[in-house]
Parts: sequence; structure tokens; C-alpha cells
Amino acid sequence: MLDINNIRKDFPILTAEVNGKPLVYLDNAATTQKPQCVLDTIIKGYSNQNANIHRGVHFLSQIATEAHEAARITVQKFINAEKNHEIIFTRGTTEAINLVASSFVRSDMINNGDEIIVSAMEHHSNIVPWQLQQSIKDIKLKVIPFDDKGVLDIESFKSMITEKTKLVSVTHCSNTLGTVNPIKEIIEIAHSHNVPVLIDGAQGVPHHKVDVQYLDADFYVFSGHKIYGPTGIGVLYGKEKWLEKLPPYQGGGEMIKNVSFELTTFNELPFKFEAGTPDYIGSTALASALDYVSNLGLDNIIAHENDLLAYATEKMKTIEDMRFIGESTNKSGLISFLVGTIHPYDMGTILDKLGIAVRTGHHCAEPVMHRFGIEGTVRASFALYNTRDEIDVLVAGIERAARMFRKKK
Amino acid sequence: MATIQERQEEIIEEFSFSEDWLDRYQLIIDKGNEGEGIDVKYKDDQHLIEGCQSKVWVNADLKDGKVYYQGESNTEIVNGIVSMLVYILSGNTPDDILNADLEFIDKIGLKEHLTPTRSNGMLAMVKQMRMYAMVFKAQLEK
Repeated sequence: MLDINNIRKDFPILTAEVNGKPLVYLDNAATTQKPQCVLDTIIKGYSNQNANIHRGVHFLSQIATEAHEAARITVQKFINAEKNHEIIFTRGTTEAINLVASSFVRSDMINNGDEIIVSAMEHHSNIVPWQLQQSIKDIKLKVIPFDDKGVLDIESFKSMITEKTKLVSVTHCSNTLGTVNPIKEIIEIAHSHNVPVLIDGAQGVPHHKVDVQYLDADFYVFSGHKIYGPTGIGVLYGKEKWLEKLPPYQGGGEMIKNVSFELTTFNELPFKFEAGTPDYIGSTALASALDYVSNLGLDNIIAHENDLLAYATEKMKTIEDMRFIGESTNKSGLISFLVGTIHPYDMGTILDKLGIAVRTGHHCAEPVMHRFGIEGTVRASFALYNTRDEIDVLVAGIERAARMFRKKK
Repeated sequence: MATIQERQEEIIEEFSFSEDWLDRYQLIIDKGNEGEGIDVKYKDDQHLIEGCQSKVWVNADLKDGKVYYQGESNTEIVNGIVSMLVYILSGNTPDDILNADLEFIDKIGLKEHLTPTRSNGMLAMVKQMRMYAMVFKAQLEK
């Protein structure tokens, strides 16, 4: 059991007041707050060990390099990657998917007329990068549908794989519906056709134990800032065999072996994909966040968050005209909802005035909105520091807002 | 006919009685419910001002040298804001509208809705209403 009240003291921002009310931060699927240890790592990094990494012979450069490479190993262990050079630091999930999309489509592993499969519940960042590549090669996007509860149709997925399918790219958990997808099963199915799989783990890593070897994922990507780390740092895990086959994404320093105007040769993994000065302060702060999570125990965090989800679901069910968007029996981290005909923007604005931070709108997943024929939802998303008391504040806030908008009827 | 300034003051006065944010927003919502909305035929793309999360439709007519607005939104809060703008600005000359300082927005605590990053498109809404006045002014001066 986690001592949440004690844990909350680790997060300086949680004592903030918003509009004269104590902050109730329930927008964790967008970004999480940062514990003091992460903030300290950033300050310490710039105060005591700031120098550009990998190229300096001097002391500071060496300790900065060591910290960055130690962070890589922390990430490797956190997701149980086999080799540390299978961990590529990126700016976040979005850049990691763009990297794979760009490099994969420029490789000889996919040709005109070939297909990539995504799901209908993807974030725009797992749709648009593939669409952008359609100007490079004539590739087709196929989309796995989901049902009214927000559950992927695996049978339909099975039937859409052909010899032209070259990659499957699906989300671990939907940022809009909360659905946890059966990624191990998806990977097994794809592998039975020799098709590699990319998993968008932006909403997965914060709420699940991820073991990329157990999953046998070919690529797994996530963002640091959604798991208590800083913004601007993220991770691309790729199996060595795939990363070796992919051409570099960006050119610049660090990623080369030799450069001449006639011929440039590229550095080995992971540096091949880390052009330019990497965010070595961000990487160490991310490692600090992952250590923080490990110390609390991911199992404890998952149990606490699942309790919050179940509690919130039960409480919110009692609100008149409550409609949940996403009712899979396997959900994590968030609840998307609408109350009667109240516009999400209206609900979100009033909740904000009550100090409650939720997300409103289409959550960068417009195809999901189209599927349900709605413009948007209100989304409350949870983190390890949220409490049942905060859920009570949310429920009271929703009821209060609903009374304001129902008045005219 | 009350001037723009008088109508603004009337609204500022009404809001001065609301003690907290929720009261103020209730009043905004009520303003929207009292508003006359917009003729269905103007609820088209041509009259649409799209914010990231809300939609507003605005139309204006010129009658006897004066501008008459109609406006409506699909969200109740923005609907209240547009209804107040319509109430304050309608029935005035293009010149009066273009010279108006819409201080009520700030005075009733809605200034945050006027920043370009705000997703409700209020800034675009005010701009569009001024644009109508500008076009009518040009027509009158021909």
C-alpha cells in the first residue's frame, strides 16, 4: 500500500491553488507532475555536471556522458530490453514514431503498394507520421476497427493482414477511451505473418509493467513527461535487428563515423539515431523519474490507480445522464465521459473554476470522435498521487456544473 | 436607444453582484439562454468562426445606417459571450462599433478568453464583428 499523502509531498505543484481552490490535477494522460527528485536532477545536472557529452576529453564531459549512458541503462532495465543500445533517446513518443515511420519507409523493407496497419483508436501521432510518408512511397494505411465499448476487433485485424502488410503500429492504451489493448496477442498474430509491430506506449508505460522481451515487441515508444519525467525526452526501443536495418533519421553530429563530401559513414547504435547534442539533462532526469517509480513499486502504483479508476467509475455512474466513452472491461488510467448534451468545453471550463484540471476536446484522436459521432469528451486521467478524495471533488464538481447547464430545460 | 457604453455599463453592473466565479459563469450561461441566437440559414460554413473546441456563427445586417448582429455558439459559455456582444453592439453605426472599447470583457473577468491561444475563438469572434462594421462603413461611404 502506498502512503499517498506522504507521496504527494514529493510533488511541489500539488499544493497549488487554482481559482482559490486546491488544485485537483486530473490531466495526467496529457502530462504528469514532477517529483522533487526529478527537479533536483535537472538543477544538479546544469549546476554541477553540464558539458556536451561523448566528445570532450575533459572531466565534466566525461561525467555528463556517464550520466547520459547510465540513464540509457536505467531505461533498458525499466522495460527489460535485452541490450542498452536498443534504447534510443528521442524528444518523445511523437518523435519516436516519426523516426520509425521515416526510416522504415525509406528502407527497402517496404515498397509501393505495401500496407501498414494501425487501429482506429490511435492518437494523431500514430496516424499522421504514416500519412506523411505516403509522399515518399505509395503505402496504404489499413485500420483495425473497434466496437461500441471501445474494444479492438482482433478477428478483423487477423483478416486484414496480407503479404503486403509490412508493419503494424498500435497503441498499448487508448489516450481517449482508456482501453488496454491485447498487445501481446497482436504481436503474436503479426509475427505469425513475419510482420514487425510498433507499440505506442505513451499511455502504457505509466500504468503497466512493460517487458519488451516478454511482449516480443519490435518497437516500443514512450514519453518521459507522462511518467513523471521532464518534457522533451522520450524513448524509442527497437530490436537491434530492426534498428540495424533502418537508415538514419536525422543527420548531424554524433550519428556519423566519418564524413567527407564523397562519402559519409554512420555511427553504430544507438548513436546512429541520436543526431546532434542529445538532451542529456533530460535523459538523466527521466532516469530519476523511473527510479522514483521503481522505488515506490510499479505494482503498488498500478493497484492504486486501478482502485481510483474503479472508485471513480462507480461514483460517476450515479450522475444523471452520465455517458462513458470507452467501456472496455480492460481499462487503465482514465475515464472519458459526457453528461447529457453538455458540451465538453462548458464542463471543462466550470471544473477549472473549481480548481479541477481535466482535458476536454477530441484528445488528438479525431477518428475516435467520428466513430462515436461526437465532437469531444471530458477526460479525467489519474496518476499515482491522486486520491479518492479528489475523485469525490471531481464528482461533486461535475454535478455542480451539470446543474448550471441543465437550468434552462 | 442605449449607447454601446451604456449597455456595457449595464452588463458590468449586473456582474458586479456575482460573488464568485460560478455565479459569474451562471450569469454568462443565462445571457446565452436569453439571447436570440441566429437564423438557422446562417448556421453555415460561411458564418462559422471555428475555435479548437467551440463553434460560433455570426451574421450582421445593415439597416438605416445601423448594424444588427446575430450570433450563436454550440457551447453555452461562448453562447453567453456572443449574446452579450450582440446585445452591446447591435443597433449602432459602424463608426460607433469600430470606435468602441469593449472594456466589459476585462471588467467582468473574461479577459483570459481574449488571448489568441484560448481555444474558444472569442478573439476571432470580436474581430469578425468589427470586420462586418468595417465592410458596412465602406458601403455607406461609397
